Order: sequence, then structure tokens, then C-alpha cells
Amino acid sequence: MSLRFPYSRLLGLTLAAGALLTGPVHAATLSVVDFGGAYEDAAKHAYFTPFTEKTKNDFTFESYDGGIAKLQAMVQAKNTTWDLIDLETNDAITACDEGLLQKFDAKMIGDTKDFLPGAILKCAIASMVWSTVYAYDSSKMKTAPTTIADFFDVQKFPGKRGLRKSPKVAMEWALLADGVPRAELYKVLGTPAGAARAFKKLDTIKSNIVWWEAGSQAPQLLADGAVAMVMAYNGRIADAVKKDNKPFKIVWDGQVYDYEWWGVPTGAKHTKVAEEFIVFASQPQQLANLSKYIPYAPPRKDAIPLVDKARLNELPTAPDNFKNAVQINAAFWADNGDSLGKQFQTWMAK
Amino acid sequence: MTPELSVRSLPAGAGGAAGSGAEGYRHERRRAARDALLLALPLLLFLLATFITPIGLLLARSVQNSEVPQTLPRLTQAIAHWNGEGVPDEPVFAALGADLSAASQSGALGGVARRLNFYQPEMRSLVMRAARSLPDNAPAAWKPVLIGIDPRWGEHETWRILKRAAQSPTPDYLLTGVDAQVNERGAITAVNAQSAVYLPAFGRTVWISGTVTLICLLLGYGVAWRLATLPPRQSARLMLLVIIPFWTSLLVRITAWYVLLQPGGVINSLLLSVGLVRQPLPLVFNRTGVLIGMTHVLLPYMILAIYSVMKSVPPTYMRAAQSLGAHPVTAFLRIYVPQTLPGVGAGCFLVFLLALGYYITPALLGGAGDEMISQLIAQQTNELLNWGLAGALSLYLVAFTVVFYLIFNRLVGIDRLRFG
Repeated sequence: MSLRFPYSRLLGLTLAAGALLTGPVHAATLSVVDFGGAYEDAAKHAYFTPFTEKTKNDFTFESYDGGIAKLQAMVQAKNTTWDLIDLETNDAITACDEGLLQKFDAKMIGDTKDFLPGAILKCAIASMVWSTVYAYDSSKMKTAPTTIADFFDVQKFPGKRGLRKSPKVAMEWALLADGVPRAELYKVLGTPAGAARAFKKLDTIKSNIVWWEAGSQAPQLLADGAVAMVMAYNGRIADAVKKDNKPFKIVWDGQVYDYEWWGVPTGAKHTKVAEEFIVFASQPQQLANLSKYIPYAPPRKDAIPLVDKARLNELPTAPDNFKNAVQINAAFWADNGDSLGKQFQTWMAK
Repeated sequence: MTPELSVRSLPAGAGGAAGSGAEGYRHERRRAARDALLLALPLLLFLLATFITPIGLLLARSVQNSEVPQTLPRLTQAIAHWNGEGVPDEPVFAALGADLSAASQSGALGGVARRLNFYQPEMRSLVMRAARSLPDNAPAAWKPVLIGIDPRWGEHETWRILKRAAQSPTPDYLLTGVDAQVNERGAITAVNAQSAVYLPAFGRTVWISGTVTLICLLLGYGVAWRLATLPPRQSARLMLLVIIPFWTSLLVRITAWYVLLQPGGVINSLLLSVGLVRQPLPLVFNRTGVLIGMTHVLLPYMILAIYSVMKSVPPTYMRAAQSLGAHPVTAFLRIYVPQTLPGVGAGCFLVFLLALGYYITPALLGGAGDEMISQLIAQQTNELLNWGLAGALSLYLVAFTVVFYLIFNRLVGIDRLRFG
């Protein structure tokens, strides 16, 4: 019995299939990890699709809620499956300190003098400016609140307050509303008396607080009428106004803004292309394009003139909005997050 | 499990027989045990690889303290000889200086800084700043250089923490897990009340689990009784109502409860429209929401455990008691209920132990004061990256489970457990 099997043909087929699958040598599929939702959609329009059209490199997306536990486990196991990661400031700093991100030479971007102060780290590049603000439903509020102190004034503005279940921003706001000047905010918060002062201010609205955890819950609480005012990320509110026609208004006073970052994990399989992408996404025109799809601001000044005029005043960095803005002090939270977090937890449970 | 049973069911007295019969019997017995082991081997290996080893590794983290000894080896050696009084001398400073520059170049310093920050806020930035400001060439004396970078290097407290951090194994994570710490004089004390998080959380976890168990028992006993006494066809239909939620995804059920219970949700809209309440009742994001959600998820376990026992209770006993003159209630309480106690025990045991580890339900339906211990473990693992503390808290949770298992075993007897 002879088994005639066309081995040579099979071999040829395998080779052909292999060539098809790998394609041209330079095109790769990069694995991107980000926060998903409206920001991912905007970033696809502004950065990822144009980059794929230009370089033929493709992307797959995975979303996460921040935190570097998974990244750390991957790097420790020497099996990094992510190529590009979208980080919050505290995570970017910690990941950088712990060697979880590759060093990034900012010279690759070209001229960087127009970047906002602190927008370039040794292993991460700021991708946009976002802000934590509070918003209210203008159809339900008789007088419009205008200051951060109004958020804490339940006599003048009765109703529930939505807050993120975290000491971050909540404690900053409490001190700002209590009259601490912006420049001394973190100095005061760093002392036990300052923390006590913040908790005392938060006590005044404690029985009115509804807590949220995921960013998408904030506009939902406002839409459900569960709260009168809600702490939220400015992009989420703008999205609800634009997509669902909600009569929501943002109060920019005391906004706490932060950068969002791009980083390349240590041991990434496509480092070169990921870096190419960061360079591409950091160009003024691309950054201005992002602002078109979501009201997050470019981290460099020379991108501002390219942003649509109508959009400009919705950005956290617009002059009118920026008057009483505070940049979150990520290093402060990296140092004190654990201890203030514990105090916050016992305060909440009291 | 059948092979194991067959081993056990061999007549126990046969071993006493003399001569070759006993020899043959022992041989037979060994062979059966070996076969049983071989049959169970894949399962045992699977458990070892996917359950016992990872859990063992996690629990071991609760006493490991390898960050400082591994990354700062010279300091670890030098500080072991320091008597722990005042501030150490130049050799210890020099060891720290040399280790810091080596560690900051290798990128391993971040882990040490994070570890030290768990002891005290600002330790992280103290270490990172020192590493950034180190002189390029080793100076003649490190002590003034480091104290010049930050005066805290000249404080006793900084060095006391470093000495504790250089010891492995350490009791510190286990102490933190019960809100305790070792103070300056080396005594174990409670942390101040405003930072005490874990003991209250353990108490809350037991309280919630106990309450859920009680509610499940009250709701489930009657249902199980009905299921066991109805004619088979109706009973099967009723059973579907218990089984279908049991098979439905946990997340789907919790989301459904959120939709029902929220301030603008189905229940509140109904109550408002009938005029029973003026303000929406706070049913979710508080303890009520957690209890409702967890009871719903765990109720089938209670019902099925009790039902399986009730099925085997002959209805004739009740009739016999009544024919002998007992009031139906007396007959129920004194004849029926005692016979169903193994089922009640099994149900309570299952529900309580499952509830102890609950995570998703309190996270989605609970409020600020309803965090159970699993949520805090997840927070330490994912957000704060304090895997040592996560290990310590898990160790306590496992210990709890064992203690409650032993209590249950003492009260009801684990051999009386029956699940259908």
C-alpha cells in the first residue's frame, strides 16, 4: 500500500501561507492598552487609523482601568504582550521608576520646546490634558453654581453630590473650598492638620454624597437625577452633551487637570513601531485632531492654533477655564496615597 | 471519589485474620490504594498546579520581605550590625550610598522605594530623591552627603524603618493586616483609629455573611419544604424557578438588581406612583443593596441543601406524631425540624463560607461603608501593588474559613453533609 501524498505541494502551500500571514517585513500588529470608551474612539480617528494608512502597521485594542499590577506581572514574567500603553500620571511615574517602561528619547519627536511644563518624562510622553471638574443639570438648577465652594454649599444649592470614591481631587477640592490658596494646596494637605481640615469640610456634605467608581457612572448619575452636581471627567460630560443632548453644564473653577501618557512597556515586541507611533501622535496636527473628537487638550502650545475655534473654549486649557486650575501632584499622591487612602476609607465607613 | 470509597468500604476487621490470608488482604488493599491514587493523580496534579501552588505562593508573600535585602545587599549586611540606637555610623551610610547608585542604574530602586513607602508616607520620595541627587564619584564620607540631600537621613526613625525593611521574613504585613504595628520601642501597638481599616473590614465581612446566611435560611426553609412536599410535577416546575437564576450569570443578576433598586428604578418609581413614599428609598449603594443582592445570589445553595435532606424525611413520621395526639405545630417543630437539621447546617455552612469571599456584589451594589475584605485584597493587589499585605489579608481569610469549618464540623459534623 503506497500513500501518495503531495508533500512538495504541501510544503509550497505552507510557505505561501506563511508569507501571506507575515506580509511585508515592516508591517506589524501592535497591541495597545488604553482606557477604552469615548477616548479610544477619538484616538482611533485622530491617531491610529491615519497611522495604519500611512505605515500599514495595524493595532489591536485592550481596555483597562489603570494600575500597573498587570504590567508588572508581565515584565517580571519576561513575557510582555503589550506594545503601547496609555497611562495616568501616577502610574507613568511609578512604572518609570520601577523600570516597567522603556526610556523614550524625546528628541525623536523633533522640536519639543512647545510642550507644556512637565509633559515629557524620561520614559513617557504626555498625550493630552484632561480634567476633573464638576457638572450640573442646567434644567434642574435654579441658580447656576460657579465656584468650587458652591459644590460644598448644600444650603444654597440643595441636592446630592456625586463624588469619585477616592481621596484624590475630593481632598483637594475640600481644601480649595475651605479657602486654601492653590499654591499652598499640597503643602497643607501633606500635614495631619491639613488632612483633618479637608475631612472636616467633606463632613459638611457627607450625608449628601453618592459615590461612583467608573468614569461612565458620573454622567449617568446626573442623567438619572440621582445627584444635583457630580464630579466628572470633562470629556465624559461633553460626550453626554453632544451625543445625548443633555443640558449639562461644567463648572471649571477649581478644575484639577492631569496629563495622560504614552509609554512603551519593557520587553515590548514592537518597540520600534510603537515609538514611531508616539512620534506621529505627538505632532501638532494629530493632537489638534484629537481635540476635534473629544474635548481633551493638546499638551503642546503650537497645536492650539490648529484646533477648531468652536472647540477651543471647551478645552480644560482654554484661558477662561484655566483661571483657577490646579495640576494634580502625582508625586504627592505616590507618596501619600496609601496613608490618605486609609484615612479616607475609615472616614467613609464612619 | 469512587475509588477512595471502595478502599474505605473494605471490611475493617479483616486485617485481624492470621497467616497468608492477611498478607494477601494487605497486598490487595495496597493495590486498591495505588489504583485509587493513579485514578486521582491527574486531578491532584491539576489542583497542585492551579490551586495549591499559587495560593501557597501568595500566602508566602505575607512574610517575605525581599525587596531591600535583594536590591540593597550591602546595606542589609551593614545595618544588621547596627545596634538600633540613634543614627548609624559612616559604614552603614557608605553601604547605602553604594547600593543606591547601583540600584538606580539597574532600575530596581522603584520596588524598594514602594516597599519603604508602605511603612511610612514620603519614604518613597526620600529614597528616589537621594538616588537622583547622588554625586557621580563616591565621596570620602557619605554621611554628611546624604544628610545634606535630605535632613531626614539624619533621623533615627528613617533608619529604624530601614532596619525593619531589611529583615526577611517579616511579621509586618501580618501586623498591618490586623491594624497593628511595631512602635519605636519595639512593642506591638494598634495603629491610630483613623487609619484602622482591616479589623473593621473583617468584622463587617463576618456581619454581612452572617446576616445573609440568616436571611437565606428564613427564606429558603419554607421554599425547600414546599419543594419537598409538593407532588413531583408541581415540584419540578417550582424547582425551575430556583434553578434558572442559579444558572444565570452573576453579573447579569447584579445588574438587574441595580436597574430595579436605583433611585429612578422600577421599585422606587412604583412606590412613588402609588404614593407610598415621597422620596425614593435608598435601596442601592448601601448595606440594603448588598444584602438583597447577596441573598438572591446565595439563596439557591440554601434551598438545594435543605431540600435534599427534606426529600429523605419520610412524611409518615409527621402523620404518626399527629395520630398520637401532637398538635401539627408541635409535630413540625419536634419531629420534622430536627430531621432536617443536617440540611440546615449544610446550607448555612455553604452560604456563609461563600459569602465570606464575596467581591463583585458588594462592589457593585454597596456603598462607601460596605467594603468586604475581598475588595480590600483586590485593591492591594491591583491598585496599590502591596502584594505582601494582600497575602497577609488572604491568609487571615483562609484562616477564618478553616476556623468556621472546624466550628461547623463540631456542631453538625461534616460527614452529615449532603448535597442532593
